[in-house]
Amino acid sequence: MENKGLTKVDLIFESIDIRKVMTKAFEMTSEEIINEILESGLKGRGGAGFPTGLKWKYTAAEKEPEKYIVCNADEGEPGTFKDREILDRVVYKVYGGMAIAGRAMGAKKGFIYLRGEYRFLLPQLFLELHKFHKMISEIGYDFNIEYRMGSGAYICGEESALFESIEGFRGEPRNKPPYPTVSGLFSKPTSINNVETLVTAVMIIDKGAGEYVKLGTKDSRGSKVFSISGDTPIPGIFELELGMTVQEFVNEFGDGDTKAVQVGGASGFCVPRKKFAETIIGFEGVPTGGSMKLFNSSRSMYNVLHNYLDFFTEESCGQCTPCRVGCQQLLKGVEKVKKGEAKSTYLNELVKLADTMKVASKCGLGQSVGNAFKSIVENFREEIIY
Amino acid sequence: MVTLKINDQEVKVAEGTTVLEAAKKLGVIIPTLCNHPDLCVAGNCRVCVVEQKGARTLIAACAMPVSEGMDIHTNSLKVRNARKHIVELLLSEHRADCTKCYKNQKCELQTLANEYSFGEHLFLDLVEGHAYNIDRSSPSFTKDDSKCIRCQRCVRTCAQLQHVSAIAVANKGAHMKISSFHDRPMSHVVCTNCGQCVNRCPTGALTEKTYIDQVWDAIYDKDRHVVVQTAPAVRVALGEDLGYDPGERVTGKMVTALRQLGFDSVLDTDFTADLTIIEEGTELLSRLKKVLVDKDNSTALPMFTSCSPGWIKFIEHKYPDMLPNLSTCKSPQQMFGALAKTFYAKKRNLDPAKVISVSIMPCTAKKYEADRPEMRSSGYKDIDFVLTTRELAVMIKQAGIDFRTLEPSHYDSIMGTSTGAAVIFGATGGVMEAALRTAYELVTGKPVPFKNLNITPVRGMEGVKEATVKIEGTTEEWRFLEGAELKVAIAHGLVNANKVAKAVSSGKASYHFIEIMACPGGCIGGGGQPIPTNAVVRQKRMDAIYSEDMHMDLRKSHENPEVVAIYEEFLEKPNGHKSHELLHTHYVAREAY
Amino acid sequence: MYQTDNMVKELADKHGRKRESLMPILQDIVKKYNYLTDDAMVAVATELDISAAEVYGTASFYTFLDTEERGKNVIRVCKTITCSMKGKNDIVGTIEDILKIKVGGTTPDRMFTLLETNCIGWCHKAPAMLVNDMPYTDLTPETVIDVIKGYMRK
Repeated sequence: MENKGLTKVDLIFESIDIRKVMTKAFEMTSEEIINEILESGLKGRGGAGFPTGLKWKYTAAEKEPEKYIVCNADEGEPGTFKDREILDRVVYKVYGGMAIAGRAMGAKKGFIYLRGEYRFLLPQLFLELHKFHKMISEIGYDFNIEYRMGSGAYICGEESALFESIEGFRGEPRNKPPYPTVSGLFSKPTSINNVETLVTAVMIIDKGAGEYVKLGTKDSRGSKVFSISGDTPIPGIFELELGMTVQEFVNEFGDGDTKAVQVGGASGFCVPRKKFAETIIGFEGVPTGGSMKLFNSSRSMYNVLHNYLDFFTEESCGQCTPCRVGCQQLLKGVEKVKKGEAKSTYLNELVKLADTMKVASKCGLGQSVGNAFKSIVENFREEIIY
Repeated sequence: MVTLKINDQEVKVAEGTTVLEAAKKLGVIIPTLCNHPDLCVAGNCRVCVVEQKGARTLIAACAMPVSEGMDIHTNSLKVRNARKHIVELLLSEHRADCTKCYKNQKCELQTLANEYSFGEHLFLDLVEGHAYNIDRSSPSFTKDDSKCIRCQRCVRTCAQLQHVSAIAVANKGAHMKISSFHDRPMSHVVCTNCGQCVNRCPTGALTEKTYIDQVWDAIYDKDRHVVVQTAPAVRVALGEDLGYDPGERVTGKMVTALRQLGFDSVLDTDFTADLTIIEEGTELLSRLKKVLVDKDNSTALPMFTSCSPGWIKFIEHKYPDMLPNLSTCKSPQQMFGALAKTFYAKKRNLDPAKVISVSIMPCTAKKYEADRPEMRSSGYKDIDFVLTTRELAVMIKQAGIDFRTLEPSHYDSIMGTSTGAAVIFGATGGVMEAALRTAYELVTGKPVPFKNLNITPVRGMEGVKEATVKIEGTTEEWRFLEGAELKVAIAHGLVNANKVAKAVSSGKASYHFIEIMACPGGCIGGGGQPIPTNAVVRQKRMDAIYSEDMHMDLRKSHENPEVVAIYEEFLEKPNGHKSHELLHTHYVAREAY
Repeated sequence: MYQTDNMVKELADKHGRKRESLMPILQDIVKKYNYLTDDAMVAVATELDISAAEVYGTASFYTFLDTEERGKNVIRVCKTITCSMKGKNDIVGTIEDILKIKVGGTTPDRMFTLLETNCIGWCHKAPAMLVNDMPYTDLTPETVIDVIKGYMRK
């Protein structure tokens, strides 16, 4: 595996001449835009990591005249706050990414689904949007963006749940197929992209895929905004090139006593100290939507696990059995083991249950509960039992 | 066509077919729970997960369309482990007091548990941790949340088949539940008591409220005279709960069984179905006359039928402005009840206070209807107890009756004679057909111009049916109808009823007479009918109903000699004073939630 | 009742009467009245021609669309891992003390409701909370008192 070391970069937040980029994109054909994104190797920055170029290509290929561009700003993964920062500081790049995506796919309408927790940003975002609409219509774009607000539901970050929510329903993930590129929002072909992905797309159009591929590794191109929190002297937002090891990360951000790093939030993986050196942060190792939480040796990993399970038990949509009931069983199960009311071997049953949740749940939420559960239980078994 | 492999067997199916359907074609059984053929795919219980070679996760067979070259395994170790876990998880949130449960041995979760989970339970019991509610407020059914496994069949039924959505999914995560509006009691929401949800609930979370013990008590009470009436749709479905295939007519055996159970008199709702035709037909003609001849604008047309208590409650909640359009006729059940404690008691020289009237209905809403305060015109509760088809089957089993070996027998008299027109009340379009057979003849002196009296345009499973009958050759009294085209519509399932009601309410429809049945297929598909009920079963029951009609000597309501006699002896004339007192009712506007 | 109906009618005029109008309408009602009364949900159901149980079912899915009575100022303290690690309990305890209510409770004057909530996206400035829409971060027992007192004066 390629190891690039830890390099700080400043691309997402640097100011650019957005009119220039938008004009450039306007003069490109749909194919040229999509090819540029395909060549860049950009993968979705929300966590799942689907190749953005492919998503755009599939959506563009649909014959349906009405299509949508949706920006997923329902940033709810515990430990992630980079999208808020992006919206706060460079929202015009988000708008730009949507308009370029719209041009590439033949969509005239975009929706930004913003989590309710970020409602306080709206006045400023509207102001910027007004300016942006004016600017692109001068260039000749026929594209319009509207905001839709979430109201406190983590699961709405799942793309089909997000569509359900915009359509006025409970945010319950749909059966797939059909995939959003075929039948998404209002059953129309839809490209749904994370806030950071859209900004990165603007960067790629601006600088060219050739420049972009110089960053990161073969499997994880580019740089990424990380949300860093927990036991660190310097919590906050950092843009780093992909391809570093957890050890390199800890050297930079740890407090000297880091025993574990939770990569990718509650739905991600817990990396213990003994695996810091061998674990690459990226799609070849542990993927992340940006959430990096550091825990030092004063922390109880039981408490960490319990907190995550409590979170999932509440935030599961509740429709499918493995997730709705499985989360409760994992939570109650570790409580019983901790209290000594169940044998420690019961943890083995729970690990098997986590495996079932991983393969049998309807959506990514239930499928990823097992990540944190297994990686914490397997690496910190003693802390869970005693 | 798409070719795929399931358990190494190749199968070719049409594009859009699900893996579940493809497997069925090969005779490969994949267990399901949230899936129901009447409802849209949910894919939420995950019991039907199967392994697709190359896929990262298992897939839900019910929700996954086939694709070329798919390689599916339905019984791999991975599948078995997952399925066992899923069944165990469902059991852990389900109050499994099986031996006390009304659905014992009829519970789909229990069947799965039988196959996948025996011995020690793997997981912790989660039932105690929840403050579950048991809602007994409805006279028709009980909603026990502690037995609910959140498959949402009931929610989909209420929304998709009935357009009521009295229940919906509420909350999320561990607190997700099936709830009425803000957890109000089911008796105080828009619920029509149709029982379609009860019919589709895989567990004991939704069950009809049973009155079996009360009926036994009455039967054994020597001071009581217990009469029983059976609705038309019961005779073509009861057999299913007693080991017969769907579509078997068991009328004669059922009558014998009821007699053996100890009912003092075994009578037929079909008698009052015939009476309904006379009363309702007269009402329709009189409304037409008022509008066409007297130019009376206050008379409401079109007239809706009023036999279906689910439909009545639906219109009371949703279209209170149209209550004047409802026929004022009570349903056949209630007409029967009112007569049982008046006419019948008098004829049999009984103290009406000692008559207990029981009805066997394909319906759970009938339990509610019997409880309505309006339904006491005899001076007593007109109907004391309503049992569903399913409950009757239970009683027959409790009594140790070997149903198959019973000799068929005939209904008792009085109030036991009926015609083919009455029996078809049990299928959608039947009331319309019966009404037309009589009204046409009344107005023209000639039978309806259809071969064998079978008015085929009003038959069948189409959601909304329309027909026009041209009236020609009228007698003197009905000359004002000469050449008139009587426009009728028929809807079954409240989702279709709503379409018609909406069209009428917005003035977009110009019907004269509309038959509405709350349940899909009409009463044959009632909420109180044997489980499972689905399109195939409904069609077989419907065929049996029409075959029952064809086998009757009399097939027009006005030819029922007991009906003729009751007017001569007791009621005097259709829509007369006595009829209005006993056989007609009024309706109540209800809140919108 | 009459007032509620009118308010909902106006909101339906503004956001439309399609199913997709439901969330914006409910969000606006909550913004104005802090929670959804039964009357308001029934009025929304009537305007949108959907069932009241559907409106309740949808609202109850979303943490911020409260269907139980809430005070004028809804305090939501983040309880997810970083905030928990960085002293969430002290913050909650302090608020409980000054408002004399427990988590889930509303002050008798209906000025405040205290709730806990899942991650609000301020982990780098934990512990954090929302008062209505406004985030407050890097809280200490001292600063949270100032914040609450500020709302008391409003």
